[in-house]
Parts: sequence; C-alpha cells; structure tokens
Amino acid sequence: MSMKSSTRQVDGVTIVDLSGRITLGEGSIILRDTVRDLLSKGQKKILLNLGDVNYIDSSGIGELVSAFTTAKNQGGELKLLNLTKKVHDLLQITKLYTVFDVKDDEAAAVKAFNK
Amino acid sequence: MSLTRVSYTLDSTLETVNEAEEKAGRMATEAGFDEEEIMKISMAVREAAVNAVLHGNAYDPNKKVTLAFERTPSDLVISIRDQGKGLDAGKIPDPLAPENLLKTSGRGIFLIRSFMDVVEIHPSQTGTELRMIKHVRSHADSKEAPQ
Repeated sequence: MSMKSSTRQVDGVTIVDLSGRITLGEGSIILRDTVRDLLSKGQKKILLNLGDVNYIDSSGIGELVSAFTTAKNQGGELKLLNLTKKVHDLLQITKLYTVFDVKDDEAAAVKAFNK
Repeated sequence: MSLTRVSYTLDSTLETVNEAEEKAGRMATEAGFDEEEIMKISMAVREAAVNAVLHGNAYDPNKKVTLAFERTPSDLVISIRDQGKGLDAGKIPDPLAPENLLKTSGRGIFLIRSFMDVVEIHPSQTGTELRMIKHVRSHADSKEAPQ
C-alpha cells in the first residue's frame, strides 16, 4: 500500500493526515514534497498526523527528520500526532522520540504551537 | 524438519527492495514467527536490500542482488549479497550519537542489528554479503515458557 496525504487547517495549524507506508521511494517523496510545499506557502505550523501510518523504514525516518529540521530552519514548527505502536517503537530505538515533539491529542497538539 | 534453502537473483531496483521484504515476510510466517517478529525480520531484509540496491550496486542494471533464505531446525538464516565496492562496516557512524541524531540517513544497519539475533557483514572487492540470523528456537521457547 502506498502513502496518501491530505491537509487541513485548524486554528492556523496545518494538519497533514498521512496514511499507508512511509518508505524509500513514493512514500518518502510525498512526505518531502508536502512539507516543502507547505513551507513555501508560508504555512509553517505543521502537525503530521501519523495515526494511519502502519509502516515506516529508515528512509521514512530520515524523511521525518528532514521535515523536522527543514521546518525549524525556516522558522517553523513541526510536531507529530498519533503515532502507531510500530512508529513509536522505531522512534524510541533510534532515540528520536525525544527529538520530535510527539502528541496524542489533536486539540492539545494544535494549542501547543507558538501563537 | 527438513532443511530448506532458496535463493533469488534480483535486479538493482526499488521493486527488488519491496520484493525482498515480501519474500522475507512469507519465509518468517512459514517459520512460525509471531506478527511482531515477522515485521522485524521483513524490515531487516528491506533495509539490507536498500543497502544492496542503493549503496552497493548504486542502481546499476548490470549488477544483481542475491537474496537467500535457509531454514535450519533452530534458525532462519538470510543473506543478501551485492556486487558493489564492499561496505566498510567500521566507517558506519553510530546513528545514536548526539551529533548524528538529526542525520537523514545511516540507520539501516543499526535497525538490522536491532531486529536480528546475529548480523555479519562480509565485505570484499566483489561486493558485500550481509548475513542475518533469527533464532527460531528462542521464539518457540518464549511461547512455551510457563506463565
């Protein structure tokens, strides 16, 4: 199953709903293009909803890191929402769980962005 | 149980990465691993295939990837060989080091080592063989352990 991405706006925050697999190839490219497109439009508060992401490989992890640092370098913020157990475990063993700002409640996550 | 060994010669393409992952999932299922272990084995093979296709063979259409599975009474042994220049395992940076945490690559071998029981890297001038073992026995023992 490939990855799908859709965006919506909530109180000035762009929520990106992702589903499927973030892996080398199409999945990673969709994530990269989506985040770069948002930042180029000035939408710098980005919440990646990974609730329906059932698989991620090291390329996908690298793409998440790239999205995080790219947003930060452009004065933006990127947070993660609703990690599945698989993604949570991967971020734990790669010590990235504490690097990312991870949320499990959408409303609280939106409020957590700097106004 | 009879010993079985199967091997595949695959092109240096992205499709090979997905194919290797799927074959590993099927072999792990047939070997009786549980869902979480199957995910780990198939992901380790995916990462090894990515290394072989991208870093080893660099998508060269003239170079092949050889994937082999061997079942023994106690182990599932998987090897992936490329025809690249030979990986220098000593030069792989630690992805958990603070200075490497935000790097966008370099986690593949680390994940393979995290998911498999034994990982051996055999580089040579004609390519790299990555050999991985998952113990079937430890899996069965853990399932049969008293509550």
